Amino acid sequence: MEESKLINTPETTSWFKACSTASVPENEGVCVKINDKQIAVFNFTKTGEWFATDNMCPHKMQMILSRGMLGDQAGEPKVACPYHKKTFSLKNGSCLSGEEYSIQTYPVQIKNEEVYIGIS
Amino acid sequence: MVGYKFCEKMVAKNGHENYEIIVFGEEPRPAYDRVHLSAFFSGTSAEELTMAPIEWYSNNSIRLILGDPIQHIHMGDKTVTSMKGITESYDKLIFATGSSAFVPPIPGSEKEGVFVYRTIEDLELIAAYAKKAKTGAVIGGGLLGLEAAKAVLDLGLQTHVVEFAPRLMPRQLDEAGALVLKSKIEELNIAVHLSKNTASIEGDGAISALKFTDDTVLDVDMLVISAGIKPRDELAIKAGLVTGPRGGIVVNNHLQTSNSDVYAIGECALYKEMIYGLVAPGYDMAEVVVAHLTGGEREFSPYDMSTKLKLLGVDVASYGDCYGSTDGCKTIVFEDKVKGVYKRMNISKDGKTLYGGILVGEAESYNMLLQTFKNGIVLPPNPEDLMLGSRGGAEPAGHGLALLPDDALICSCESISKGDICKAVLEQDIVDIAGMKACNKAGTGCGGCIPLVKDLINDTMKSMGKVVKTVLCEHFAYSRQELFDLIKLQEIKSFDQALDQLGKGCGCEVCKPAIASILASTWNEMILKHAQVQDTNDKFLANIQKGGSYSVVPRIPGGEITPDKLIVIGNVAKKYNLYTKITGGQRIDMFGALVHQLPDIWEELINAGFESGHAYGKSLRTVKSCVGSTWCRFGLHDSVGFAIRVEERYRGLRSPHKLKGGVSGCVRECAEAQSKDFGIIATEKGWNLFVCGNGGSKPQHAILIASDIDEETCVKYIDRFLMFYIKTAEPLSRTATWLNKMEGGIHYLKDVIINDSLGICEMLEKEMEFMVDTYACEWAEVVNNPELRKRFTHFVNSEDIDPTAAFKVERGQKFPVDWATSK
Repeated sequence: MEESKLINTPETTSWFKACSTASVPENEGVCVKINDKQIAVFNFTKTGEWFATDNMCPHKMQMILSRGMLGDQAGEPKVACPYHKKTFSLKNGSCLSGEEYSIQTYPVQIKNEEVYIGIS
Repeated sequence: MVGYKFCEKMVAKNGHENYEIIVFGEEPRPAYDRVHLSAFFSGTSAEELTMAPIEWYSNNSIRLILGDPIQHIHMGDKTVTSMKGITESYDKLIFATGSSAFVPPIPGSEKEGVFVYRTIEDLELIAAYAKKAKTGAVIGGGLLGLEAAKAVLDLGLQTHVVEFAPRLMPRQLDEAGALVLKSKIEELNIAVHLSKNTASIEGDGAISALKFTDDTVLDVDMLVISAGIKPRDELAIKAGLVTGPRGGIVVNNHLQTSNSDVYAIGECALYKEMIYGLVAPGYDMAEVVVAHLTGGEREFSPYDMSTKLKLLGVDVASYGDCYGSTDGCKTIVFEDKVKGVYKRMNISKDGKTLYGGILVGEAESYNMLLQTFKNGIVLPPNPEDLMLGSRGGAEPAGHGLALLPDDALICSCESISKGDICKAVLEQDIVDIAGMKACNKAGTGCGGCIPLVKDLINDTMKSMGKVVKTVLCEHFAYSRQELFDLIKLQEIKSFDQALDQLGKGCGCEVCKPAIASILASTWNEMILKHAQVQDTNDKFLANIQKGGSYSVVPRIPGGEITPDKLIVIGNVAKKYNLYTKITGGQRIDMFGALVHQLPDIWEELINAGFESGHAYGKSLRTVKSCVGSTWCRFGLHDSVGFAIRVEERYRGLRSPHKLKGGVSGCVRECAEAQSKDFGIIATEKGWNLFVCGNGGSKPQHAILIASDIDEETCVKYIDRFLMFYIKTAEPLSRTATWLNKMEGGIHYLKDVIINDSLGICEMLEKEMEFMVDTYACEWAEVVNNPELRKRFTHFVNSEDIDPTAAFKVERGQKFPVDWATSK
């Protein structure tokens, strides 16, 4: 796995090249493998934003969120898990269906039509 | 409760501004709902039972003194003194002391484990004692006794009910009604002992048995006595007020006692030699006193004791003259011992006036019957329809609400009339039950009138031309039916276009699949053209299963398959190590395919002549068939052949929910066609067509809409039926649910589909023809399209498979490991 130190953030964040922007369909997600991590990358075309989160839905511990459906709840971008439709904020990972658990979110950078994900 | 109601009504009339109100209560807590006391055992807390919190009293300048009953009344100087020594003067004094449990003088009633059923404290004691008890008995088979029996049952004890009279609820039911109630209660494993007079309570310190006067013995280790009530009149007697020989403070039409500044209301009051043990007359008494104190004109009059209750889950209602003792009375009785339903109505000789009646086991018609009785509405030609509902023939128009006069009392607990409810809708924009409760408290007492209130709200809104609007979600302020029409009219071809022209925001998991389904049902384009708005199953054209793998179902029309094709399925399943199972719809499901394997698997299946089975879509699944006349000695027509024809006609048809069909070759109905969205059954002369059935969590039989029709007519009707459903149903609503919500029901549907009452049949048929003509197998398209095949990977940046996908072997086949520790 190629590692690119793209931006030197003050913290210990390392930036990893994930995939090309073209490989993520509009308003959908894909799963990328970074070291042993599975990370879901979302191309939120509707607002032109990119998001990255854990691929695992904490409800039943399934590696699935990249196949989830994108949308918004009162303006908050979210992803709905395909299994039981638990929804999570793409901004902060909190569960918008009222559950206690949440998912990890990661910063995303787009450079030269490539998607980079920051992992600390 | 009645004391609180007095305070509430005083506040409502601003009486608390002219009077300083002080409430003395014996119990440590403010007034609570005794009607629903047994709910305490099924988890309702004491707080939830409270009528109003303590702050309510202080906010309305009412002094509430709890745990300190009044002990002396000095009529001369008009003062009262409490147990703790508080002395207050009064202008008016109101007794709302209620009643206590009546304990018959049975030797041994002081023993441990013997309780009464009256206050929350009693309930707490019972609950604590029940922990070490196995068998509990209740003395009293009346209303309160059965409530107590429910509590004992809820505590997990073997429950017995002991009644002195020869039947249960002797005050409300006749013999036949009581028998039905008894058998219903016995079904719950409650033993009912009738005509039993308890002679003594046996036991050494604690209760161990009941001994009856007939020398029989019942072993029990807990007893709840709930044999009646005794008005709390001891303070009144001490103060020298006139009381009845069997208890109760004597009151007049204004609820004044023998001292005109002292009133009594509720269960402690004796009015015309009658104690009113129900909440509604108690509330009415409170209102009369409030009126009297605030300058209004109201008098109490003998109260109708009609009541509807749910006792141990059984509906019991009686109203008016329930025994039929009016002169010249005729009686209509209906009894169904299988279902445990008993209904009786007593009517006048000319059949025009309702005197009263009884309902046991099913009391839906109670409100209408009560209104008919109370308002003296002339009975219809078949008066039993009122109590039984229409049975066959044309359905009655409306529910008769329009016939009620404006002053018809709908909520008797709160004295709210039909006029009050309609006015609240008309003038205060009330649109639902919650709003109505907040507005005038209708339905907040026993709750029995709620269905009637709901109907009145809806009818009134309808008369104003208002509609209760169902919208899809926060992004689309339209119903599915409206969106369907708009998408077609404005030629909208994508979700984004729909969002731009008709909606707002970014969409969500509710509107995206709904719009995707509408687009598919309108334009019939390749599903993956709109992959971003498809639910997971439609996105990967397979059914996602535990562990992230998918299942594969090729179409096997009518369940007919050649040996060669069976071998292909076997070979494919073996090659990709798939778990195989025969489905409920007569086909074969292969489970455990990883996402990257799906195109390869389908390539092999398609090359062997299979096509998608659309098991993943909200679309036609299967048309199940029996073997039919080709083989079966009973078969009348070729059910398999017809099933294949129908399944191939509607394959891939996207709809609001999944669709299933069935074709049976004779009336034995081996294909279970009557449990399907459309079911076809062979007759001597042709086919019978049934629609709107389903299995699932709420099974419902399909209903016959056409008999003895030929194949062509049958297909034509199904075309119209399915298209009409697709265009008008709410998202994720099966045909049965759709029909249940349809105004006019099956008669209306039949009119539209068969008599073309809306003049849309030609259009519906054309639209279906378009869907049939443009069908294409989605998997064939994916298999032959390298760009689409690319979608089927787990990682976008690696060829690896999901390392967390794990399987185990059981019964010789592959299974996913169970969900990891779920949260």
